[in-house]
Amino acid sequence: MPTTAPPRPGTRRPVLEVRDLHVRFAGRVGLAQGLLGRKPTEARAVDGVSLELYPGEVVALAGESGCGKTTLARTIMGLERPRSGEILFEGKPLGRSTKALREYRRRVQMVFQDPTAALNPRQTIYESVAEGLRVHGIHRGPNGEPEEELVARALARAGLRPPELFFLNYPHELSGGQRQRVVIAGALVLEPEIIVADEPVSSLDASVRGEILKLLLGLRNELGIAMLVVTHDLGLAWTIADRVAVMYLGRIVEIGPAEEVLTRPIHPYTKALLEVVPEAGGIDRPFLTGEPPDPTRIPSGCRFHPRCPEVANGTAETAGVLERCRAQDLGLQELRPGHFAACHLVAQRAGVASAPPPPAID
Amino acid sequence: MTTVLSIRDLAVTYRTQTGPVPAVRGVDLDVHKAEVLGLAGESGCGKSTIANAILRLLPPKTQVTGQILLNGEDVLAMKPGRLRAVRWSAISVVFQGAMHALNPVQRIGDQIAEAIIIHTKAGEKEARVRAGALLEQVGLPPRRLRDYPHELSGGQKQRVMIAMALACNPDLVIADEPTTALDVMVQAQVLRLLKDLQRELGLAMLFITHDLSVLVEVSDRLAIMYAGKIVEEGPAVPVFHEPKHPYTRALAAAFPQVGDRRFRMAPSGLPGDPPFPGNVPPGCSFHPRCPLAFEDCSVIEPEMYPAGDGRRSACLLVKRGEPVEVGP
Repeated sequence: MPTTAPPRPGTRRPVLEVRDLHVRFAGRVGLAQGLLGRKPTEARAVDGVSLELYPGEVVALAGESGCGKTTLARTIMGLERPRSGEILFEGKPLGRSTKALREYRRRVQMVFQDPTAALNPRQTIYESVAEGLRVHGIHRGPNGEPEEELVARALARAGLRPPELFFLNYPHELSGGQRQRVVIAGALVLEPEIIVADEPVSSLDASVRGEILKLLLGLRNELGIAMLVVTHDLGLAWTIADRVAVMYLGRIVEIGPAEEVLTRPIHPYTKALLEVVPEAGGIDRPFLTGEPPDPTRIPSGCRFHPRCPEVANGTAETAGVLERCRAQDLGLQELRPGHFAACHLVAQRAGVASAPPPPAID
Repeated sequence: MTTVLSIRDLAVTYRTQTGPVPAVRGVDLDVHKAEVLGLAGESGCGKSTIANAILRLLPPKTQVTGQILLNGEDVLAMKPGRLRAVRWSAISVVFQGAMHALNPVQRIGDQIAEAIIIHTKAGEKEARVRAGALLEQVGLPPRRLRDYPHELSGGQKQRVMIAMALACNPDLVIADEPTTALDVMVQAQVLRLLKDLQRELGLAMLFITHDLSVLVEVSDRLAIMYAGKIVEEGPAVPVFHEPKHPYTRALAAAFPQVGDRRFRMAPSGLPGDPPFPGNVPPGCSFHPRCPLAFEDCSVIEPEMYPAGDGRRSACLLVKRGEPVEVGP
């Protein structure tokens, strides 16, 4: 199937699988308009995404704000209800019952952007970390360890040592980096298989970021935790991701090994995103104009065509694909080993037909 | 080269309930005409305090010593009337979070015109014409004058803020984290706009942010701050690529370039946290976090030593003439 992520050679089973996921948010319509039968405009935040996450793998999900990357992460966490599509955890479809979701949420933990907002200011560090255990009714560890030992172990694992020193502190007594470590400890205490991290370092001080990223990478290397890291920062993806998925208007438009996607990008949008990464003396380089796109009005054809530099500079027309760019929607196509992209022009140049889009709903 | 802003031995101490907090501890800075000086540092290092001191926006009772010379005139000694005249017309500022800086119930045209009417001799009609011209200058159609702030996107609001900063032809523009809250693409657009206007109008600009990779793109010179002091200063590109202070090196590594092999699967950071302003370590304030620290660092407080090619660095290794990097 063209829309699935790359099957990896000699592969294990993915720990998490997303199939043709659609998430929509309803807009509002005034009373009079509603009586006249006007339907509310819908924002197609996630519009047919398939993605696989393998055990011990770090996948970075990149894109502009409004591209749906956070919605995708929240839907994977079970915080948003998909309109259609499937989420499979260890090969089994995710149930919507409270009990099924609770067990799933123990094994898939989330780390949010702002640790100050994520921690209860009136709870001690111990309480914050132990809360997850209590919610899930875990009073003892697998070898009969008491709660205190589990909390201490998680704090130490997150780099707060000696852990007992932090038990009775409140969040305001810690630095930003330490707070994010507490949030990570709160995730670790439940021994998850997957961590979904939404911009985990963007609210932290510059010199502290690297340490938190080191910690996350260490959890992957030592505990084999798989991670989905949502970020707008491709430099961050470069430092910690095995694979990178680039989202535009609710779809993954390019996905592949991080080194491939970031140093030999295929899709014009990925190229544009890499152009805006600041670099010394580079202020005069070209980049995309226009505002971030609007998911309530997704263009026909390739959804990137109104902003695409290859359309604007006439390359698409010369290659004879302009009509398809404007009219024919398309899906991901494997253009190099394990490296997929959705672009008519690139498919044409590679001498293959563009892949069909993910199945539509409605 | 005309010096627009000259700061000499500036020290700012906040008075708080828990005692005095020295946020800025002896800073010298110069910003010349048609030049962008980038001021980098982490939260709590005192960079925004400097911006507020230049504009005299610090809370009353804050102790400020030293000199802030704007075109040779000391801002700290100005009487209230003179200060009012200088703000906006000689120094203007673009803050972060433009969404909160605009009045939500006033059309943006009125807000821009208000600044012009108050600070220049222009009448209402003249001010409106100028407001329209300013909007065009920042890349918005003049019909947007009739819009309310909620009708604009984040990037467009920041463009309006830039238009307002330029309204009275200032000599110096202070940009304090002007793109921090913006999306990546929009950030690149706003940076380009600021840089283009700065070049076109020959403005002196003090650009403040924690993101060194943004700063090196727009600045001619860089000044790196740590714990209330400048620790390195010099031409932007060499400072970024060949830092002469271990802190600058760490700050540059915090925003790695895509494709830089040194950082692939190897994030780089510093142990510990920046010191709290009231509790700065003795000797070199950076020594507890420094990978290159030696015995003297905890005892001797370094000054700014010449580091070649118009550069200065407050590192004892530079004083000794030794390289500022971890050996192989």
